[in-house]
Amino acid sequence: MSLIDDKVMDTLTHQGDFIATPYEPKGPVVIDCDVKNIYYGDFRAVRDSRIPIEKNKVTGFIGPSGCGKSTVLRSMNRMNDLVESFRFDGKVQYHDHDIYDKKVDPVIVRRYIGMVFQLPNPFSMSIYDNVAFGLRLNNYKGDEEEMVVKALKRAAIWNDVKDKLKNSGLSLSGGQQQRLCIARAIATEPDVLLMDEPASALDPIATRQIEELMVELKEDYTVALVTHNMQQATRVADVTAFMGVDISKGGRTGYLVEMNETRKVFEDPEQELTKEYVRGEFS
Amino acid sequence: MSEVNEQMMPPKVVLPKLEKNLYEARAIKSFLLTAMVWGLVILASIPLFSVIYMLIVEGGARLDWEAITALPPAGFETGGGFGNAIVGTLVMVGIASAISIPVGVLAAVYLSILEPQSKLATTSRFLAKVLTGFPSILAGVFVYAILVITTKTYSAWAGGVALAVLMLPTVTLAAEEAMRQVPQRMRDAAFGMGCTRTQVIFKVILPTGMPGILTGVILAVAGAAGESAPLLFTALFSNYYMAELAEPTASLSILIYNFSGMPFENQIELAWAASLALVVMVLFFNILARIVGRSKF
Repeated sequence: MSLIDDKVMDTLTHQGDFIATPYEPKGPVVIDCDVKNIYYGDFRAVRDSRIPIEKNKVTGFIGPSGCGKSTVLRSMNRMNDLVESFRFDGKVQYHDHDIYDKKVDPVIVRRYIGMVFQLPNPFSMSIYDNVAFGLRLNNYKGDEEEMVVKALKRAAIWNDVKDKLKNSGLSLSGGQQQRLCIARAIATEPDVLLMDEPASALDPIATRQIEELMVELKEDYTVALVTHNMQQATRVADVTAFMGVDISKGGRTGYLVEMNETRKVFEDPEQELTKEYVRGEFS
Repeated sequence: MSEVNEQMMPPKVVLPKLEKNLYEARAIKSFLLTAMVWGLVILASIPLFSVIYMLIVEGGARLDWEAITALPPAGFETGGGFGNAIVGTLVMVGIASAISIPVGVLAAVYLSILEPQSKLATTSRFLAKVLTGFPSILAGVFVYAILVITTKTYSAWAGGVALAVLMLPTVTLAAEEAMRQVPQRMRDAAFGMGCTRTQVIFKVILPTGMPGILTGVILAVAGAAGESAPLLFTALFSNYYMAELAEPTASLSILIYNFSGMPFENQIELAWAASLALVVMVLFFNILARIVGRSKF
């Protein structure tokens, strides 16, 4: 703490209970995520962040480590329910449901709001079975093979795997595995894809392929993307939410600093903090 | 010319000697240790190979169709076999597997996935570990008390249950370990696809852990097939093919125990042949399970 001089300290976090100017969505909103508080046990991880996810756009989440961007993302399909001490206070409006309504089954939510994880995580099954997994889970009655091929083509991995669909999904390279996971996630044609730093474990070429893929995928899907890489956000995201972390009261609570069209956030941000972050003055 | 070249060369460094020196203390020590390891490996494999050698030499001669189908001979009779004992062993190991595999694997699901830290889980895990070292004759006495005395007869049921008691801890602990090895991110992926907890267990964790689970099951089956102590008080023995599960039943291990102590050449030969048959049976299951459970991916 003492390593950071006072001037930087002042701008690192907003004192008091700063709340970001609400972002005015230009298009239809698929998920309107309105976080009041997210707790892990007694630890307040995120506060006051309203982040609408617009249809057929890529919404990027950037911010320093520990700002809660992954936490917010994983709250949108109730993946955090698997963490025992997790508590969500707020509202996540998905079409006409609040997904935190007591009557809502998180299992069903996750079938509409798919997820791609930081580390590629194919099942130890064949490539084909990996992609067919979700279809079988949903008792898909149509032409399974057609859907699998379609998903693999959509995820730009068909040419790599078309001759070895029976091979293990784990036999692929890291970048291929991640595209396989994307194929698996889109095979069931979910509404929204949540991507939690999907390229952070990949080399630059594989990263580029995944980025191109995200831009293509938004034609059919709505994408929310957490990234640690600001350049990635400028390349891929239409709208960017910048989150900060408030360490002023001894805690580490993340909150939304600014959300706007990506170009605005990077070129003409409203907040001083955003300006410093996108200039690379802290991370 | 040569002078110029010498000037351009980098300054000479004194290189340490890189040649191998076999008389250095280090080298001698290394050689001695290597020799010791080889010696001990050979020593350890002597009993192993001599047992197999003796089994093949002594038992191989009598292991023919008659031996594996005929009934045990009495007294001075010649010929005969142990067909009923093979059937009995298969049936009782089958009963034991039918009880211990589902119970053990489901217990392992509880221990490794549902409530790994709960009081019940830590206690059962501890007891399972204690039970792996449980004297097998006590399993026999235990089942004698709860099944043989109450039903008033020795039976294949009782024998199977006694073997199940012995198999259960091995199956449980091996299955727990195998399921624990399934990476967390595969479970996350399954939850992210919209699986319920039951689906995560049955569609992802169990199939992924299957090779490890099967290894535990093979070990348990092999151990149970060779047990004689728990069957002494539960299945007893019989000289006839079994007609029902609720009567005294022959088994290979008890037959070996009985015949090897008899003063008749014929019976002793059959005991050898039965031993070989038992080893072949266990080997067969071992190979079968490895083929079926081989990790395809």
